Amino acid sequence: MKPLYKRPESLRDVPTHYCSGCGHGIIHRIIAEVIDELGIREKTIGIAPVGCAVLAYDYFNFDVMEAPHGRPPAVATGIKRVLPDRIVFTYQGDGDLAAIGTGEIIHAGLRGEKLTVIFVNNSLYGMTGGQMAPTTLIGEKTATTPKGRCAEREGYPWNVVEVLKLFPGVTYVARGAVTQPKNIRRVKVFIRKAFLNQVENKGLSLVEVLSPCPVNLRMEPFEAVRWVEENLAEVFPLGEFKG
Amino acid sequence: MKEEIIIAGFGGQGILFAGKLLTWASLIEDNKVTCIPSYGAEMRGGTAHCHVIVSREEIASPIVEKPSLLVVLNRQSLDRFEKRVLSGGRIVVNSDLVERKVERKDVRVYYVPGNELAEKLGSSLFTNMVMLGATSFYTGIVKLESLVSSLPNLLAGKEELITSNQRALKAGYEYAHAAG
Amino acid sequence: MPSRKVLLSGNEAVGEGAVLAGCRFYAGYPITPQNELTAYMARRLPEVGGVFVQAESELAAINMIMGASSAGALAMTTSSSPGISLMQEAISYMAGMEVPVVVVNVMRGGPGLGNIAGSQGDYLQATKGGGHGDYHMMVFAPSNVQEMFNFTQEAFRLSQKYRNPVMVLADGYLGQIMEPLEIKKAELPPQNQGWILDGAKAREPRLLKSLYLPSEDLEGFNLHLQDKFRRMEEEILWEGSEVEDAEKILVAYGTSARICKEVVRIGRRAGKKWGVFRPITLFPFPYQALQKIGKGCEKILVVEMSSGQMLEDVLLAVDDKNKVEFYGRMGGSLPEKEEIMKRLGSGV
Ligand SMILES: Cc1ncc(C[n+]2csc(CCOP(=O)(O)OP(=O)(O)O)c2C)c(N)n1
Repeated sequence: MKPLYKRPESLRDVPTHYCSGCGHGIIHRIIAEVIDELGIREKTIGIAPVGCAVLAYDYFNFDVMEAPHGRPPAVATGIKRVLPDRIVFTYQGDGDLAAIGTGEIIHAGLRGEKLTVIFVNNSLYGMTGGQMAPTTLIGEKTATTPKGRCAEREGYPWNVVEVLKLFPGVTYVARGAVTQPKNIRRVKVFIRKAFLNQVENKGLSLVEVLSPCPVNLRMEPFEAVRWVEENLAEVFPLGEFKG
Repeated sequence: MKEEIIIAGFGGQGILFAGKLLTWASLIEDNKVTCIPSYGAEMRGGTAHCHVIVSREEIASPIVEKPSLLVVLNRQSLDRFEKRVLSGGRIVVNSDLVERKVERKDVRVYYVPGNELAEKLGSSLFTNMVMLGATSFYTGIVKLESLVSSLPNLLAGKEELITSNQRALKAGYEYAHAAG
Repeated sequence: MPSRKVLLSGNEAVGEGAVLAGCRFYAGYPITPQNELTAYMARRLPEVGGVFVQAESELAAINMIMGASSAGALAMTTSSSPGISLMQEAISYMAGMEVPVVVVNVMRGGPGLGNIAGSQGDYLQATKGGGHGDYHMMVFAPSNVQEMFNFTQEAFRLSQKYRNPVMVLADGYLGQIMEPLEIKKAELPPQNQGWILDGAKAREPRLLKSLYLPSEDLEGFNLHLQDKFRRMEEEILWEGSEVEDAEKILVAYGTSARICKEVVRIGRRAGKKWGVFRPITLFPFPYQALQKIGKGCEKILVVEMSSGQMLEDVLLAVDDKNKVEFYGRMGGSLPEKEEIMKRLGSGV
């Protein structure tokens, strides 16, 4: 009998440390499936971020490296320039990519680095206890916006995908959400295209994935999924934007 | 008098809250007191604990290496800390989530059905307060009234929570009183 | 009469100390184990009409307070080891432009991402100049919640007095620990605003810079700075516990010093002549005091949560280096009482 469902080779058989209802585990699995399907496991190098996914290197079954907070695109640039025939991707949260690492992602995009970026937007800083992120919605309460994010004081969230698509060096951008199964399947399509983009040596590809963080949103897991679909996806619309 | 205390359980059982309340209560009794929580990733690892020291004299090291009093709300915590308790020390056990007996013979042990008592008050979330109330009776390290009157410091403005937590403290204390 | 103390964590005590010292601008970026401090400032500063900014990075945070201070506000940023590393460039610039700010480092285990447990691995970075160029900042090492509060206020006063960055160097345990705190507002002298940039209205334009192209100009400026760093020696603080007749002396700061004090207490009860020497300002370091105290004892044991960083300063201070021994724990581990006693030559 042929099993219909098994652990991808690119994912190790170990329990993860993620909280219940967190989206990171699903996204890891999708990446692993895509890497298996494209047959690139042995030439893939991943860059783990600083954030809740910092331990991603324990879960992926291929070469993975840590980078300082926000710097994965710079570290990845170094690897890819030395080894242009390898597949190099970064996995970054919204604090990592869109706050402390804004400079690095913008310039990797402007240079058109042949990289794949998986960008996980959970609207806050998970690892450090739920502070405001650059993607926190107006009105959203966090540890550092106790009265809710106010545009006057804390400014506006920014849409990474819509900005990066303007750069000629960025050739594929899409945004999905790990919420209901239909959306999860679409995320996989996007991530597959993003890796293919690199296989075909076409420039930087980025997939933003909206992901629930029930613990820091102070919601039940189902509630958090609904919140992502109804509130987060309102400001960060789903779809393919380039390529 | 110097009591070195470890309160331990799993994340979500309100361990730090209990530690803070004990600390406030000791403060209003004019004792010297310190409280260090386990924090961050340690908490996600499953168990949460905090070190509390209550003393008449200035406290030098705030770190509890060998507790004279251990309060455990779950099994893992007893497994982890039982061996460290000082000979002649005391252990207060939440018997609802610790299905084994304490092995040490050189310590005094008190079993309290913390979850059961808490659920009678409406929610297992009060287990921490029940255990603290019982600990107050068994050890006398702080008075029940001090615990009760410290609650508003931690729950300012949340009248309902103050009342329900006070009830849980008393329930634990009275259980211990009746059980002896 | 019960005391009118409040219970605060070390992190929160720094925040309250800063607010009472007049800090009205804070910028920071989240990092454990000092997150409660950033959250405290987010809540507390707006209550007193101050400005809280969550920066996009520590790089931005430190440059924001550079600007805020240059505009005349008392300004602070706080972080933990990896974030403090990112700030080194701007700290050097502020020493070079004589811009006073307060920087708090709640140290964690390193190097790299390390871990989030308390550590004392950034001593050399803090005291010997983690950034480039010939500069120093004053460094305070509190060892309890009251001192976290007091020395934060003191840091504001001295940063103004010397127009130089001042650091409060704590560790994760001191950030997290909760202890009763007596809230006392220190009296700070009025701020000298004669250098700030607030618009050249009815006065000559002012300039803040660290660039001096001719070598003799830059050297001249450096001599001025060196003179200033020497003058800071009048601020040296240290504490001796039972050192007068001590035969064996422990030297430690921060959390390690508390563990050492406990050891001395136990030792004294057993009739041992032990004492603790605790530097409170790590820069300037109390070399002379330690040299004097070191003369009369047979052994000096330096205890740190690092591989031996303050040890270098102790060796500089003490005449007979053969007396000096070291016990350190790294990676967020704590020195153990029994081990210290063993090394003092006693199994109490
Ligand atoms: C220089 C530096 N500053 C701060 C931190 C602390 N830190 C760890 S993770 C993190 C934010 C993570 O948020 P995000 O990137 O959104 O990922 P998430 O945890 O939500 O998955 C921060 C600020 C650090 N490790 N290094």
